[in-house]
Amino acid sequence: MSKELIRLSNCVMSYDDEIVLDHIDLSIQDKEFLTLLGPSGCGKTTTLRIIGGFLTPTSGDVLFDGHRINDVPPHKRMVNTVFQRYALFPHLNVFENVAFGLRMGQTVVEQEGGSEIRRKVKIPEAEIHQRVMEMLEIVNLRGFEKRPVTALSGGQQQRVAIARALVNRPKVLLLDEPLGALDMRLRKDMQQELKRIQQEMEITFIYVTHDQEEALAMSDTVVVMDGGRIQQVGSPEDIYNEPRNAFVADFIGESNIIDGVMRADCVVEIFNRRFQCLDKGFEKDEPVDVVIRPEDVDIVSEAEGQLKGTVTSVTFKGVHYDTIVDFYGFKWLIQTTDFCPEGSRIGIKIDPDGFHVMKKSQYSGMFGDYSSYSEEYDEINDPTLLDEEEEDAADEE
Amino acid sequence: MKNKRSLFAIPYVVWMALFVVIPIVIMLVYSLTTAASDAGEGLHLTFENFTGMFDYVTVFGRSFWLAIIATVVCLLIGYPVSYLMAKEGPGFQRVAMALIMLPMWINFLLRTYAWMSILENNGLLNQLFQKIGLISLYNHITGSDVEYFQMIRTPGAVVLGMVYNYLPFMILPIYSVLCKMDNSLIEAAQDLGAGAGEVFRRVTLPLSLPGVLSGVTMVFVPSVSTFAISRLLGGGTSMMLGDLIENQFLGGAYNPHLGAAISMVMMVIVLICMLVMNHFGEGEEQAVML
Repeated sequence: MSKELIRLSNCVMSYDDEIVLDHIDLSIQDKEFLTLLGPSGCGKTTTLRIIGGFLTPTSGDVLFDGHRINDVPPHKRMVNTVFQRYALFPHLNVFENVAFGLRMGQTVVEQEGGSEIRRKVKIPEAEIHQRVMEMLEIVNLRGFEKRPVTALSGGQQQRVAIARALVNRPKVLLLDEPLGALDMRLRKDMQQELKRIQQEMEITFIYVTHDQEEALAMSDTVVVMDGGRIQQVGSPEDIYNEPRNAFVADFIGESNIIDGVMRADCVVEIFNRRFQCLDKGFEKDEPVDVVIRPEDVDIVSEAEGQLKGTVTSVTFKGVHYDTIVDFYGFKWLIQTTDFCPEGSRIGIKIDPDGFHVMKKSQYSGMFGDYSSYSEEYDEINDPTLLDEEEEDAADEE
Repeated sequence: MKNKRSLFAIPYVVWMALFVVIPIVIMLVYSLTTAASDAGEGLHLTFENFTGMFDYVTVFGRSFWLAIIATVVCLLIGYPVSYLMAKEGPGFQRVAMALIMLPMWINFLLRTYAWMSILENNGLLNQLFQKIGLISLYNHITGSDVEYFQMIRTPGAVVLGMVYNYLPFMILPIYSVLCKMDNSLIEAAQDLGAGAGEVFRRVTLPLSLPGVLSGVTMVFVPSVSTFAISRLLGGGTSMMLGDLIENQFLGGAYNPHLGAAISMVMMVIVLICMLVMNHFGEGEEQAVML
């Protein structure tokens, strides 16, 4: 897990005056499942296309196995892509779609007089057949080989796209929002499936998505991007528990983000009250952003509470209630199994490990207040809205 | 809702019946009858018109042959142009489109007359050849003594006229198919290891076949039945089906029954050609729809 396979070094991508990628540095390890996560227009697809060879960075280097590959065209890279809308060849059936890469021949590297010579060699029909069938087996599409791809469902097309990209045994598989067009249930299944395939075939997956849940569920490493910059790189746990700034905290999961002041190591002050926390290493009296996850808040009676507020809305979510509570004009989201009726006065308690303190950043004050919660939630839950945005972003590129 | 909307189709249906179906029926009747004999007692049912058709095999052959050549030339010129237009930026697209469409705004006959004056024995081209000494060079090399190149009144001139007049009908459908093609398909092919040649051969070309098919149809059908081009540029040396038919209706050989019969046979042959072609293109066509 420790060998570096791909490195993006100081990569900048700009069209005219618009900077799409702003000095990206990223190291991708062999055999890892890495996810580029961010809202549309954050530069994640651009990053993927640079690795795939469809875009050349304006400046900076792309290294593959230590070699600079900026100018290597896509058909000569040991990288294959699962495209956003599959891009299956409509004039070929399932078998021929998967066999496409094999029919292009295999690159053989020969040592001759100290220099490497790459040659394309035709693969015998029997081997093509065997490898295609093997791939169809892996993606559970055995028996579909004669079907026209246009007669398949979305999920099946998705599998063909994966098989087609994997049949060449690439070192890296790039996936550009591959599950975006599938319904919820199929998505969950395919997430599992992709993870299984990745582990079975032991290749690096670089996965692009705007769905944070998907990113957390599948990845070894999550790269959170916004505005053409990498905001944070880390394991899903790190990203969730130790977000580096307000953007990451807000984008990954639900967060209440409150202005605070660090009074001493392990003492943070919010709403003019001091709380015990576990964070250290800040200046004395440094202004900070404090993240409190909705599930880390306990509701208690008003008298016992460290903070006191009024419930302004309650929504039943199945496992828990989403309760919006007004504390001194700042609306918090609290997720709890206890039902508190609207308008009731409550108190809350937060354990020291419920606080996460972050340095102030350009994102401070932009996120974390739930006064417009319901609208925001509608937006998140409206898939057509997201899809349209994505398409716009893709078109612009 | 559906019934109400179908009301809008009525004018078209009436139009079709009046000006397509009924004329075809009249033609059919004509082709199966012959003019009344001297006694003047109406029409006689006969197959004579069709059995007499064999006299015109050479005209049939020439018509189809020249139309095929014109179609192939149109395809060879039209495909690369369409491809370039689809690949290049919108600036090139606009200019190319204007150049292709511009001649179409000029009357068809006018355009063909213009070619006449260009190809004439003492026309523009021959004058140019004379000026630059091409003709004397030719005479010098071959030892002949010509004053001009014979261009007009040759089958070549007819093909040129067809290509010139019908090329846009080849370019436009191919261009529109290539334009609509999903660029990610090409990227996918590159991604899977296909170089530029392979991408074209295995993806672009097969997916553009529907456009090629409709282009071929739109060039071939008017080419095979043209009469103005062959008369003006062919000058009577290469009579084609169109001329033959026109002659039966309006010309000296007045015999509308035979003309109708020739028209029917030509229609059937063209129909068969189209059916065969569409059969080959069927799979792709459906695929592209999706």
